[in-house]
Amino acid sequence: MNEAERLVELIPRLRRYARALVGDRATADDLVQDTLERAWAKLHLYRRGTDLRAWLFTVMHNVHVNRVRATRPTDQLEEEMPELAQRASQGDGLLVRDLDRAISRLPDEQRAVLLLVTLEEMSYETVARSLDIPIGTVMSRLSRAREKLRAMMLGQGSARLKVVK
Amino acid sequence: MNEARQPSEGELQAYADGRVDPEQKAVIDLWLAEHPEEAERIEFYRRFGDSLRALYDPVLDEPVPGRLMRSAGARRGWLSVAKAAAWLAIGIALGTIAGWQLHEWRAPQPFAMDSAAAMARRAAMAHATYSPEVRHPVEVGADQEQHLVTWLSKRLGTKVRAPRLDEAGMSLVGGRLLPGESGPVAQFMYQTAAGRRITLYVRAEARGHRETAFRYARENNVGVFYWIDRDCGYALASADLTKEELLRIATLVYKQFD
Repeated sequence: MNEAERLVELIPRLRRYARALVGDRATADDLVQDTLERAWAKLHLYRRGTDLRAWLFTVMHNVHVNRVRATRPTDQLEEEMPELAQRASQGDGLLVRDLDRAISRLPDEQRAVLLLVTLEEMSYETVARSLDIPIGTVMSRLSRAREKLRAMMLGQGSARLKVVK
Repeated sequence: MNEARQPSEGELQAYADGRVDPEQKAVIDLWLAEHPEEAERIEFYRRFGDSLRALYDPVLDEPVPGRLMRSAGARRGWLSVAKAAAWLAIGIALGTIAGWQLHEWRAPQPFAMDSAAAMARRAAMAHATYSPEVRHPVEVGADQEQHLVTWLSKRLGTKVRAPRLDEAGMSLVGGRLLPGESGPVAQFMYQTAAGRRITLYVRAEARGHRETAFRYARENNVGVFYWIDRDCGYALASADLTKEELLRIATLVYKQFD
């Protein structure tokens, strides 16, 4: 199978990740499209025989970071966290509609790690390589992302949480 | 009782992701049993992963917009995407010969997806063609199963066999040989006592292919679970069963070939 065929095969996974990363469908598909075009332009940098999926996620990550930088003022530091529906007890199942809102409230770099690990089911090593960060950073971001989500979903202390972007 | 060793935060994360070896898991299990609050926290992480996948996995089954297919096939790649589309057109034409209305072939078709998705599509067409047959649903009946699998294995160039689906209340009706996109493919048909039918479409995969997870597609009224495992691609199709029932049987098939 050549690279073009494998690229095509990976589109559904890129779309799934992008949807979770940016939320709405049109923006997510824009991100996938930019990623695919950039991947073609940079294909000479891809080393044959290495993990094309990991490489594509690296490309997508870079495209995403650039897009965010271009559209978002850099000094937007704090965002008021609207309280999510209170979970009566941890025995409750997670409400799916709360879930995507909660994810969107995570800092970008934590969200990326969490999604690559849980959704894309990448190994921690591959995530570290894809995002070009040390594996210790992968683990700490993962842990912080999960703890933050748990606090949101459980409505802990009913305090209005602040998320520093 | 001995105090169990406290696992590191990283180990707990890996535990929540199901990425610890059995020995490590036993140690962590022991520690969590003594620390119910931590156990609750880790269980939350684990369930969170399940919810996340339940929320976003359906994106995998959405048809890929044409603009993304074009971006993926830009420049050099365009040719192979065009080739895939041509193969799909041939597949559709064959479906036409097998009893499809010609005007459907002329109607615009969704763009070619990857080759596994194309397989699912063909499996759905084959299912729709043969499963309603009363007199000739199969070429070779279950009473000659040995002959059937020997013949199909020979034609596909890889060892195939009909899985046992008694556990799901399905018995083998028989099978047939069909034209596939790059060679002959096999179709096995099963039915329940009440006459509800499923078909299993099996094709030989080229060397160096990638294995895939279960994926689901719907084509007209036919639901299809498909996957690629070792030497073969499989697509399990039914118009009668719910997605859950079909998934259960797909799992049963997968386990038998594992």
